[in-house]
This record gives sequence, C-alpha cells and structure tokens, in this order.
Amino acid sequence: MTEINIVKDAVKKHGRKRESLMPVLQEIVKQENYLSEERLMEIAKEFDLSSAEVYGVATFYSFLPVKPMGENVIKVCQTIVCDMKGKEAVLDAIKDKLNIVPGQTSADGKFSLMAVNCIGQCSNAPAMLVNDKPYINLTYENVVKIIDEYQS
Amino acid sequence: MPEMVNLKINDISVSVEAGSTILDAAKKANIKIPTLCHHEDLCIAGNCRVCVVEQKGVNALKASCATPAEENMEIFTNTNKVREARKTIIGLLLSEHNNDCLHCYKNGNCELQSMAKDYLVDSDKYISILKNYEIDRSSPSIIKDDSKCIRCQRCVRTCAELQDVNALAVSGKGSEMKISTFMEKPMDYVVCTNCGQCVTHCPTGALVEKNYIDEVWDVLNDPSKHVVVQTAPAVRVGLGEAVGLDAGKSYTGKMVTALKMLGFDAVFDTNFSADLTILEEGTELLTRLKDKIENKKDVALPQFTSCSPGWIKYIEHEFPDILDYLSTCKSPQQMLGPLAKTYYAKSMGIDPKDMVVVSIMPCTAKKFEANRPEMYSSGYKDVDYVITTREFGRMIQQAGIDFETLKDSECDSILGKHTGAGVIFGATGGVMEAALRTAYEIITGREVPFSNLEVTPVRGLEGVKEATIKIEGCKAEWKFLENVELKVAVAHGLSNARPLAAQVQNGESPYHFIEIMACPGGCIAGGGQPMPVNNNIRKKRTEAIYNEDESLQLRKSHENPEVKRIYEDFLEKPLGHKSHELLHTTYTKRKKY
Amino acid sequence: MVIDIKEKERKVNSHKKRVNLIFKEHDIDKLIEKVLKTEPEKIIDEIKDSGLRGRGGAGFPTWIKLKGAREAKSDIKYVVCNADEGEPGTFKDREIIEKKAEKILAGMMAVAKAIGAKEGIIYLRAEYNYLIDGLQKKIDVFNKKLEDMKFDFTVFIKSGSGAYVCGEETSLLESLEGKRGEARNKPPYPAQEGYLGKPTVINNVETLVYAALIMLDGAECFKKLGTMSSKGAKVFSVSGDTDIPGIYEIEMGMTLKEFAELFGDSNTKAVQVGGASGFCVPRSKFEETVIGFEGVPTGGSMMLFSDKRSMYNILHNYLEFFVEESCGQCTPCRVGCQQLLKGIESIKAKEKSKKYIDELLELAKNMKITAKCGLGQSVCNPFISIVENFREEIVY
Repeated sequence: MTEINIVKDAVKKHGRKRESLMPVLQEIVKQENYLSEERLMEIAKEFDLSSAEVYGVATFYSFLPVKPMGENVIKVCQTIVCDMKGKEAVLDAIKDKLNIVPGQTSADGKFSLMAVNCIGQCSNAPAMLVNDKPYINLTYENVVKIIDEYQS
Repeated sequence: MPEMVNLKINDISVSVEAGSTILDAAKKANIKIPTLCHHEDLCIAGNCRVCVVEQKGVNALKASCATPAEENMEIFTNTNKVREARKTIIGLLLSEHNNDCLHCYKNGNCELQSMAKDYLVDSDKYISILKNYEIDRSSPSIIKDDSKCIRCQRCVRTCAELQDVNALAVSGKGSEMKISTFMEKPMDYVVCTNCGQCVTHCPTGALVEKNYIDEVWDVLNDPSKHVVVQTAPAVRVGLGEAVGLDAGKSYTGKMVTALKMLGFDAVFDTNFSADLTILEEGTELLTRLKDKIENKKDVALPQFTSCSPGWIKYIEHEFPDILDYLSTCKSPQQMLGPLAKTYYAKSMGIDPKDMVVVSIMPCTAKKFEANRPEMYSSGYKDVDYVITTREFGRMIQQAGIDFETLKDSECDSILGKHTGAGVIFGATGGVMEAALRTAYEIITGREVPFSNLEVTPVRGLEGVKEATIKIEGCKAEWKFLENVELKVAVAHGLSNARPLAAQVQNGESPYHFIEIMACPGGCIAGGGQPMPVNNNIRKKRTEAIYNEDESLQLRKSHENPEVKRIYEDFLEKPLGHKSHELLHTTYTKRKKY
Repeated sequence: MVIDIKEKERKVNSHKKRVNLIFKEHDIDKLIEKVLKTEPEKIIDEIKDSGLRGRGGAGFPTWIKLKGAREAKSDIKYVVCNADEGEPGTFKDREIIEKKAEKILAGMMAVAKAIGAKEGIIYLRAEYNYLIDGLQKKIDVFNKKLEDMKFDFTVFIKSGSGAYVCGEETSLLESLEGKRGEARNKPPYPAQEGYLGKPTVINNVETLVYAALIMLDGAECFKKLGTMSSKGAKVFSVSGDTDIPGIYEIEMGMTLKEFAELFGDSNTKAVQVGGASGFCVPRSKFEETVIGFEGVPTGGSMMLFSDKRSMYNILHNYLEFFVEESCGQCTPCRVGCQQLLKGIESIKAKEKSKKYIDELLELAKNMKITAKCGLGQSVCNPFISIVENFREEIVY
C-alpha cells in the first residue's frame, strides 16, 4: 500500500497534467534513485499515457535512470575540461575504492557510478556530483576521502 | 476564399493555400521531392531530412515537408547542393541500416532501397555503425527488426495518431535513440492490438507481418491434408495491387481461380460468413433491444460489432469494463473455420483432423485472433493459418501465375455464396449497412428506407459517422420497436473508436449499435493490405467494394441461399444452441499499462 | 607561481575592457518600481536601442522576440528563463543564479511586462539541482513583493533532467511540457506558439540580467560598450589551460590575442570559443579574431588549450559528447555525429585513408545545412575548425 503512495503523492503534489510528468518522474528518482517498471506503469496510469510513452520520455534524460541505482549516485564529468584535468584519476580512485566503472553499481548497493556530460564546474575541474552535491578540484586522494565520508 | 500564397518552385509559379508546406506546393507543381518520414496520414515530423530543398538567398536547406510555403519564396529542388545533401543523408541512413537486402522481406518494396537506387548511394559511403539488435518475433502478427529501422517515427505516429494505442514509442537519446516498446518488452507482451498499421506505414523492413507462406505451401503439398481456404471481403480489392496492378478494382473471380491453381481443395468465402454474422449479430441486437425496451431488463446497449480483432484487443486492454457491450459473435473468419471443420467436414465425410483451414485476410490481427484459446470450438484449431493479402500476392507470384489473364471462377459450395451485404464488410460502415439492410427488413418486412439500399450516412472516410433511422410499421412481434429512433454510429481507426467507447464506459452513449473497425478506412486498408496506403487508395478500394455490391443480385445477408441452408440443415436458428457453441465467443480483460 | 597568478588576476581586473555590471550591487526595489512604471512598448524600445542580443550563444536580437510575443494575440503568455547551461566550458549562469538571482527575476518581470505574461518559468538544469533551495527562497520573496505591488506575475522553477539539447529553446519547451526534448520544426517560433502553444519568450539567464540593467540605467549604459555589431559586455567562463579560470565580465570586441595574453601564456595553442559547439581558433589566428558576432560568437565559453594538448583527443571528446547529446530525431545529427567520431577513429587506426577526412568535412558541411536544430547545425563548427587548423594531428 505504502508503495503505491509514492507515485500518488507525487501526483498530488505536482498535478497530473502532461507538463507535470517531469516533476513526478524527478520526484520518484529523488526517492528511489531510479524508475522501476512498476513505477513507470503507475505513472502512466496516473497521467493516462501509455507506459511506452513514459518509458520513452524517461530514457531521453540521463538523470532519469530506468535501471536500479545504488543509494548514492556518483556522476563524474567526462567532458573536455574535466577530461583534460584528470577525470581518469577520479575514475581510478572510484575503481580502487568501490570496484566499479561507469554504468555499474557497487556490490553492496551503496554506490552507482555514471559518467556524465558537462556539469558546469569547468573552472574547478575535474568535478563530480554525488547525488546532487558538487565536488570540485578533485584528485585521487580527495575522491578517496569523499567516498569514505559517504561510506561512514 | 482561403488566403493564397504564391511562390516559385524550380521557376514554376505555384499558388497554394496559406499553411501549405513547400512539399505540398511542389506536388501541386508536379515536382516530386523524395520523402521518408513524411506520410500523408500522419502529422509532420521533419526528422529524416531527405526532402531538403534550397531557398534562394538562404544558406541552410529547408525540410520541404516541414516548412510553410511563403509569399515570393523561390525554391529549387534539384540543385547540386540539394542532391549532395540528399546523398549524404541516404548514406547516413544506410550506415546504421542492415543492408542485407536479399534477406529482407521488404526487398523490392523498401523506400530506403529505392531511394538509394535513385541517388546511386551505396552502403559503404560511410562506415557501418549498425548495432546488434535482437529481432522480436514474439508476436504472431508482427516482426520488429530494429536493424532495419531508419527512425522516421512513422510507426510511432501511426500507433499514436491513427490508433491511439502508443505501443511503440521513441526511446533513448543520440546514438541510443530507437523505437521501443515499454521497457523493450516483447511485442506479444505489450499493449499492442496487432492491427499492423505500423507495418503498412513502415518505409523499410523494420516492421513486417509474420509470414506463414512456407507453412501454407507445406500443407498444400501434403496429400493427406484437405486444405480449405477463405478470403475476406477486402482481399479482392487489394489483391490487384499485390500482384502489380492498379488500385480500384475487385478481382473476386480471378482470385478464386488463382486459389484453385495454388492447390486448395476447397475455396470458400469469408463473405459467406459475413452474411452469417449479420444474421447472428442482428438477432443479438434485436434481442438486446427487446430485453431492454420490452422486458425492461438491464442489458448492455449499445452493442459493439466484434468483427475486427484489432478492435477487440484494443477494448480488452483499454476498456476492460465494457466487454459486455461487444457482440458475442466471432468474426467472420472465426465463424467459417469451425463450420468448415464441422458442417462441411461432415458433409464431405472428412475427418476434421485432416483438414486445414487457411484464411487470407487484409489483416495482421487475424493472425493473433486465430491463435486465441477461445478459437478451438470445432475441437481443433478452427483456423490453422492466416496469411495477408500481401503474402497471398507472393504465393501467386511464386507459383508463376499470370494473374491478370486468369478467367473467373466461383467459390465452392457449401460455404462459398455471398451477397452484397457480405462484400461491403470490407469497408468502414459496411457492417452497419449490411446489418441495417437485414434488421430493418426483419422488423418491418420492408427494405431499409434508403435509395437503392445504400445507407450513405455511414459510408465514407469521416472518422466517426452516425445515422438515425426511425422504425415504422413494425411486424407484430417487433411492435415494441414502433417509432423507435434507432441510433447508430460507425468509427474506423482506433483513435476514433476511443471517444465512442468512453461514452459507453461513462454511461453516456446515445447509440444502440456501434460499428468499429480498427483500421482507418476499414479492412480495405487493413494492416495486411498492399502498400503504400493513403486516402486516395482507400477511396479507390472502397469504390471497388461498393461497385461489387451494386453489381450483385442478392444484396441482403438473409437472402444468401447457403446461409438459409445452413440454418435449415445445421444451425437451426440464429443464437441457437449450435450457434452459441461454434459462432459466439467470450472476451478477456487485459492490462492497460 | 602564486605570485604569477596574483599578477595575472591584477592584470585582468585592471584591463580597460573589464567591466562590472552583472555582479554589481543594484537597488532591486528601485528596478522593480521602474519596470512597473514603464510602458510595455517603452521596454521593448529601450532594449532595441541597447542592441542587446541573446547571451546564450545564438545571439538573436532580444527585442524581436519581445515584439513578436507582444503582438501575438493570446490571453496567456509565458516568460521562460533558460538556465539549462549545458555548453561545455560554460558556467557563468550558475554563478549569476547563485549571486544575482534577483536581477534575473527583475529581468523576467520586465519581459513579462513587455509582452503581457503572468507566468514565468526558470528551466534549471538538473546538474544545478543543488541551487534550487536557495533560488526558491529568493523567488518566494520576489513573488511576494510583486503580489504586494499588485503586479500579476509569478515565477516558478522547473528542473531539467540531464539533456544538453534542452538548451535549444524548442527542445526546452518540449521538456517543460513533459516530453522528450526533441527540437520542434520552426516556424512557428516560440514567440507565436511556445509553451503549451502560447506565445513565449525564452531568454538566457545573462540576457535577462542585462535586460534588467538596461531597464534600470537606460540603453546607453549598455550600448556605449562593445563594438558596432556586438554591443555591450558579456560574462565569460574561462577554463582549460589557464592559471586563472573563472567568471569574467568583459566588454565585447576583445581580440583573441588580448584574451590569450590575459588568460593564457606563450604555450596557448588554441582557444575554443563558444564551447564544444563553437570554433577552435589556433594561435596563428588570435590576432585577427575578434570575440563577438563579427568574429567568433560565444555564449561565454572560452577554453584554452596549451601546446601539450592533443587536438585529436579534444575533438574526440567533443564528438563523444555530441553522439550522446544529440536528441537523435534527425538523421544528419544522429548518424552524422557517430560517423564523424567513427571516421576520425578509423583514420587514426589506419583503417581509413587520410583522404577520408575530406569525406568527413563534406559530411560536416552537409550537417550544418540539413540538421533540424542548432545542435546538429553547429557540430561542424568545432569539427571543421579543428580539422582545418590541425589536420596533421587528426590524420596522423
């Protein structure tokens, strides 16, 4: 019962007009980190859209994953300035700490890693977002520390 | 007077209504511009870009399908710049396309292939970036092969705009963008009506019918099998196109000859069972009316027709709470099947287990219908194989039959005679018209009060049509209908069906009887009919159907001598015990999401 | 080293073209009052007079959008602030949102007054979700202020979900409407049929702030800066191989030579002006290249590359970006981007001959004239400018 309420609550908050679809999808991702098959179907029902249509909208956007994600989602910027300034060291640190590469989730389900495009922190590259929070001027060492913080 | 816009295309002056596109204007000037994503049934997409043209004084080219014609525009459709751009685009499409044309079902009937041929673009202009896709063969009706897809979105727009089903959607972004079902689930799992309109609107081989040509040849070559065939009303008006002739002519006689030449042991006619459907469905309607008006019972009215299996699956998914409103009659295809394996088998002394029923349909949904678990009422699978008009055309070609020169022949007894009422089942409004011809006469003893039996208000390509017929001078047993204004509605294309179904669901329907055909135009433009399809072709096929009706002596289902005979010899009466067993069915609630 | 950076900063800050308009303290209440008192036509005239052009990259004259939407007949109109700053190397809008949101809102209000809109939407990219709470607080105060002043205009935030193409205005509208962010066919333009089919003016964050400042201090304060075809100033996002990356507001019309002297050093090999979709200018052309609409236009992204950078890697990174961020609907962009990437890879791997680069150049040119929206049309900018200026690095 409580499960269904997530979608219903989001719809109550944002409305069920078509233009409210994105806020509702975002709300579910905020709470569950991804859009499951069941949620997509519930959302389709609320908006009177076909589930294929909702799936099509979600898959357009990198921040609306339809595959399960870990508790914390690390989004490492892969675009030019971060690439030039040491994105590899960031990915290496994450690989060493969590044994995951972009597209994967750690075995304990705590972290997922995504390589994303420009996050607008180019003057402080390399940078990443953990969930919504930006981390800048990254080095191998401070990435290790950041992950430690999330692990404890 | 509409506002007009004057422009020049290749130095030819042309004047078009404001709001027209450059492509429209070019058509008017008899200038052909190649297109892929454009389809006149659908909204403008402007995404394939092959229709680009040059505008004087403008550097960027314009997509002619998506750019409004403007006053004093000077357009050139055949400059070097335009040709090079088109070649680039065709080359790009080929680079993400599976170019194994010889193994493609659409080889020779593919818009991309013919464009590549015209522009002399070969498949290695660019590096192949074709991805590995798994072909979805799960559906009994439709095969989806993403490796052939050019992402024109015609299928997506068809499924959304014409059918309001939205089984197919665009997913992903950039290089990952593709046409998908919900979560990439198999076609037989998702909310798909199997109508096949995506197939008839697909320019390439990405969406095709699942063909059963080899299976049919196998049974024809098996001497132990008695193979009977039935052909739907719309097949004969589409078949000409399938064998390379022009649209707009009915080929019933030649079609029967061809079927005999292919080796079918008996050639029957779905038109016969269409007539039978009228008797059953008409009686069912009158019974419901009687229960409602005279007996004041709570019965499901309006009654929906049930001949269109695409419509049936649609209502099962989308409006599962109003399935009682559907006529319980099976479609004509599924009436003929069990009758062949019981009534005909018995009369011939054939064991039905040795009989194979093949049906030739303008429809891909019929393939699904034949596989429904309800369709085994003869004790066997009532209809063994369903092939489309297109598959039939191929069999004729494989057999080396010169179709045009064939002499006419007639269908076999005892399931082969038909009336004009059966014929018009193939066009939108036809079932309604046929039903009214019979029902009115049953009730009043007089012919339906339209000139020459033609119930014109329900004819034509308007999405939803309605008619009201005041019933006067009823026979004694139908007195309760005296002065009743019978209200009927007809819709074709599932997006037109939705509002009528919604009215019923909300208890607001003003009608007594509603005909729905899943495909726009009805079966004449069904998912199994030849391509291309557009309103011009729909009109020609419809005309051919009505011409055939008019040319026949018998034009009312209840006058069909073989229908009369089957009631005398076998079924006893409409809605009788045997009818219920063989000719009526039940429906299944399905999930909507 | 530290001294060097300090010295560089001092030089930049004291440069005669360095200005401070956007981040200066302004009296917002006075600004709002002024907008309230100004007639819609006067707002449009003032903006026209200033020569303000869109600061997001495309550089469309702002007043034309306003005039179009003002003349469009509709009871409902919208103002949209495009805060979907996705162009690689651009981060100035983020800083404006963090520090000067009130000016953005005042700019939206001025546009609303000019066209007769009652609703404003800020489309904020998902990568800046962490700014929402702070921004919302400022919006609440602003909305309340307007309510008190009986000016019927309310601003909302809508978040993006991670799609570069949504910075293209019609894609942005589709996204706002809850759809895939696929560019629309134009015409109709948003000023005629925009959000939910209603007349809509979509402006970049920075454009709105300049519009607000022009309202406050008059067109003169803006048009006295810059050049004939590039009026005013611009906020630049400077990044890459520079000791002093960051946000700088600079008068339009600086040459790249001046720019590189300020931000780069003797090792600066090229500057990418306008982000991944902009132009790559090699050192040999710094002197002749003016930053502005008469030279190389930019939405503000200025990325410096030193001589240790491989131009192949840079181009490769851009193309990977476009392959992912193309919306995918139109053939030239969806397939063209993949072909350009695959093409340079194949040449590098010696699977294709060096001559194949010419085929790719032709392809890029055709993408420019056939793609449906600005994204696909602009991929050729970096491709051609890098290949033509650094051909050897790409083909060997």
